[in-house]
Amino acid sequence: MLPRLEPRREPSRTMQYLTPLLAVALTMVAGIIVFTAMGHDGLAAMKEIFVTPLTDPNRWQDLGIKGAPLIIIAVGLAIGFRANVWNIGAEGQYVFGALCGTGVALATWGDEGWWILPAMCIAGALGGALYASVPAFLKTRFNVNEILTSLMLTYVAIQLLYYLMNGPWKDPQGFNFPQTRLFETNQLLPTVIPGTLVHLGIPLAIVIAILAWIVLERTIVGYEVRVVGQAPHAARHGGFNSKRTVWLCMLTSGGLAGLAGIFEAAGPFGQMTPQFPVNYGFTAIIVAFLGRLHPIGIIVAGLVLAISYVGGEIAQITIGLPDAATGMFQAMMLFFLLAVDILVRYRIRFGAPAPAGGAS
Amino acid sequence: MSIEIVVAILMTVIGASTPVLLAALGELVVEKSGVLNLGVEGMMLIGAVTGFVATVTVGSPVVGVFAGMAAAAASSLIFGYLTLSLTSNQVATGLALTIFGIGVSALVGAPFVGMTTAPLGPIFPDALAKHAILKLIFGHSPLIYISVILTALVAWFLSRTRAGLILRAVGEADHAAHSIGYSVIGVRYLAVAFGGAMAGLGGAFYSLVLTPFWAEGLTAGRGWIALALVVFSSWRPWRLFLGAYLFGGVMTLELHAKAAGLSLMPPEFLAMLPYLATIAVLVIISMRPAGAGAAAPACLGKPFRATA
Repeated sequence: MLPRLEPRREPSRTMQYLTPLLAVALTMVAGIIVFTAMGHDGLAAMKEIFVTPLTDPNRWQDLGIKGAPLIIIAVGLAIGFRANVWNIGAEGQYVFGALCGTGVALATWGDEGWWILPAMCIAGALGGALYASVPAFLKTRFNVNEILTSLMLTYVAIQLLYYLMNGPWKDPQGFNFPQTRLFETNQLLPTVIPGTLVHLGIPLAIVIAILAWIVLERTIVGYEVRVVGQAPHAARHGGFNSKRTVWLCMLTSGGLAGLAGIFEAAGPFGQMTPQFPVNYGFTAIIVAFLGRLHPIGIIVAGLVLAISYVGGEIAQITIGLPDAATGMFQAMMLFFLLAVDILVRYRIRFGAPAPAGGAS
Repeated sequence: MSIEIVVAILMTVIGASTPVLLAALGELVVEKSGVLNLGVEGMMLIGAVTGFVATVTVGSPVVGVFAGMAAAAASSLIFGYLTLSLTSNQVATGLALTIFGIGVSALVGAPFVGMTTAPLGPIFPDALAKHAILKLIFGHSPLIYISVILTALVAWFLSRTRAGLILRAVGEADHAAHSIGYSVIGVRYLAVAFGGAMAGLGGAFYSLVLTPFWAEGLTAGRGWIALALVVFSSWRPWRLFLGAYLFGGVMTLELHAKAAGLSLMPPEFLAMLPYLATIAVLVIISMRPAGAGAAAPACLGKPFRATA
């Protein structure tokens, strides 16, 4: 007998926790099939991607380095997504924020003072928020779709980066390479574990997620965001201003993306280069959904996506899996998550429909 | 300015406009049925890479075009299955499709980077297109004529046919259409597949006519511009045509400024223009008084589930 979908009276909490796990499991199965079909050893590829990053202690620091920006950006995006504010341009805010922070770094190059790094970070966050304020303004003032505007601005930010690297900000002693000079030691994020690459941004990512969780669960602001997203009419009746919510969500997500950007520039990069944008802003969308738009879930999801990045690199070296496989793989994870999501709202039933009144 | 230069400029504008027009026409039909597919960029990339790989492998650009359309339509059906059958969020699913398209096209295309193929060149004999003016009429790839024909066909289909009426009804009032016996989900599946095939056609135009080669991220955000054009057009095919050519002009400014030796501003700023122009146009459109243009289809982006 064919399985049927029967609506649940209310969304299943169990399924909300189980479906992301199911999505990851399905992605692994699909990965084995796809990579085998492509002529690789599918099982070995999956093992390299999902197991080796966890079993090889040398790669643990890389998980933190890849995971931190994803978590910081995704926490911001999730707040917006909860309220149906679709900031898709986090990549642009990430780049623009990093550029603002870099501007401070270049302006203070050679100076001394404890305040320089904090100033860079503040500039990064403010820059990201400023960049996100453009779609926020256009949305609240002219009702222009924020998806398209924030995305268009991503392409603009990347061109701005190229312009600055090729012209005004080019390292004068850099043999004409299009990149800035290296940041000075007092402009770099300190490492928190001596002898590793684990920089301050990694513990801060966890702190940011926990703070966001507290704000979302325990404050009126968090409540407002949820109500505006789930019941816009009720929110209006309740006196919540949807424009204020748009501003709040865009500035928060933009600011966090900008902060992630300057952390990345003052962390792993140590300078600004045209290779800076690596699509963290887009991958963070997957992280936000895989983490169920919940800050703590996002920490776990950020780790899962970081594993796939690091594992993808390992599989590239050990079994020659192409670099681009990682991106496809990550998108598959989101597809599977969206597919199994139906289990949250519906249950699968075999057999005849339940009698009337049993389910509605 | 000689007539040759004017014609050369117009030819590049037509070339830049056509792929965006093709993809946007498909999305217009999808949105008219009440579905918002943000996966245009991804589907274009899938069409571009499949078209190129098939052409290199089989040796026929015609086969390549059809392969590109088929692959993109197939990818659109993933979106269709998730949003229509499993009622997933259309925004999230469309984004997933774009991320997927970027990844899968890079993966499939990696061994083909650096290769070139014979482009899908002009359809008419060279003798016809000798003079500059004649070249403007007869000097194009068949896909350019097809894009004009398709604009007319979509306009005719939506406003003059019964099937078009049903499609619009499904987009404007899904439950009403369902209650008088039309298959809302069926119509939307067809629209989504059409949108996929058109995005694939637009993508294949890049890799088989414009460049003709494959490079990662070949479409450079044009799929998103196509989405914006649909809003700009107020869901009207001929206004979409106009918009696409307007954007074709902006998109080729960089090229022309370089060719003319003008250095008004750094090339990076010229490259920003199409994206900034898109934002400007979206703002202008939104400032238009209510009622002056057709509004978005009423059911756009809303999931439909038949209640028994």
